[in-house]
Amino acid sequence: MNLAKIFISALLIDNIVLMRFLALCPFIGMSTDVPKSVGMGLAVTFVTVLSTIVTWPLYHFVLIPLNLTFLKILVFILVIAALVQLVEFYLKKNAPGLYGSMGIYLALITTNCAILAVTFDNISKGFNLIESVVYAMGVALGFMLSLILLSGIRDRLKTAPIPKFLQGTPILFASTSLLAVAFMGFSGLIK
Amino acid sequence: MKRILTIFTKGLIIENPLLMLMIGLCSSVAVTSSVSNGIGMGLAMTFVITFAELVISLFRKLIPNDARIPIFIIVIAAFTTMVDLSMQAYFPALSKSMGVFIPLIVVNCIIMGRVEAFASKEKPLDAVIDALGMGLGYTWVLMGIAAVRELFGNGTILGLRIMPETYQPILFFILPPGGFMVFALFISFNLWLKKRVEAVSTVREAA
Repeated sequence: MNLAKIFISALLIDNIVLMRFLALCPFIGMSTDVPKSVGMGLAVTFVTVLSTIVTWPLYHFVLIPLNLTFLKILVFILVIAALVQLVEFYLKKNAPGLYGSMGIYLALITTNCAILAVTFDNISKGFNLIESVVYAMGVALGFMLSLILLSGIRDRLKTAPIPKFLQGTPILFASTSLLAVAFMGFSGLIK
Repeated sequence: MKRILTIFTKGLIIENPLLMLMIGLCSSVAVTSSVSNGIGMGLAMTFVITFAELVISLFRKLIPNDARIPIFIIVIAAFTTMVDLSMQAYFPALSKSMGVFIPLIVVNCIIMGRVEAFASKEKPLDAVIDALGMGLGYTWVLMGIAAVRELFGNGTILGLRIMPETYQPILFFILPPGGFMVFALFISFNLWLKKRVEAVSTVREAA
């Protein structure tokens, strides 16, 4: 029950993009069409869960006993960067098909702030390892959901009459704003 | 002198990192629900980018090309840790209200972008000027967005009441959707500003 709560709240109520404004750069840059959003979403989900599995034990079993918690920014970002590299090598060698379709997104993921934020959240919210993994899944799927929603909207915007001063990027943020209004409706879902 | 001025001012409008290049967006919407948060974030970011650009520019000839990205990240992370710990020590309330966004300066693409595109090739002085310009360009946008949101959403600026007592705050501006909407209007405003600035400079060159 508790796990379901964590998942739903990460997915909808505290949606990482629309409610917490993280990962906005890939959100704007990668939402040009639906297949691209799905690819980016899957790559992010994979790396987020993997880095949670690595950083959580690292923090609790290495950094805390050694009294090095102040190094967590440095350590976590390096772990994420290294993981992305490893995943890239592995896919290139063993699954070239998947690499071809996911490759370009992988490189961009290191600077995706959602992943680093998730690893910090796991610590500051006091989750245990299983809760952390569920939370990471929820956040990453929430990112994918908002990406797909915006790419759907962008399709329609191509033919819509847009006021002149909002043409280009401004209309994307205006649409995001309306999406965020819709997501605020979820806030009563969990007491 | 003129060259230094050009390096400094391009970050303000024409190459404004937030409004024109569309990088480092996350913090700009997230922390701008009050002006004090906006200033705090802007200064923290300016500090990190200035020192990161300075250090990397000083060592630019020693950093091997293949390992440059991890080295950049370590330098940026070191300065971010300094900011994070100092803010926790001296401004605990501010640090709490900005939460995870201070550590997230590490992955702010503005810093990585400027370090990669500018500091790793140019002289230390130019790099510092560039960093200050970019930092200031970032800070003014943050403060501007925060001022609009705080004024309409709370009736105050920096905690001081501006609107009359009878003013009914429009909650929309403080909530996440308002952040996106005000940001959209700022981009639109900056596009207009850029057109004006470019028009003025072409007239000047012609004269």
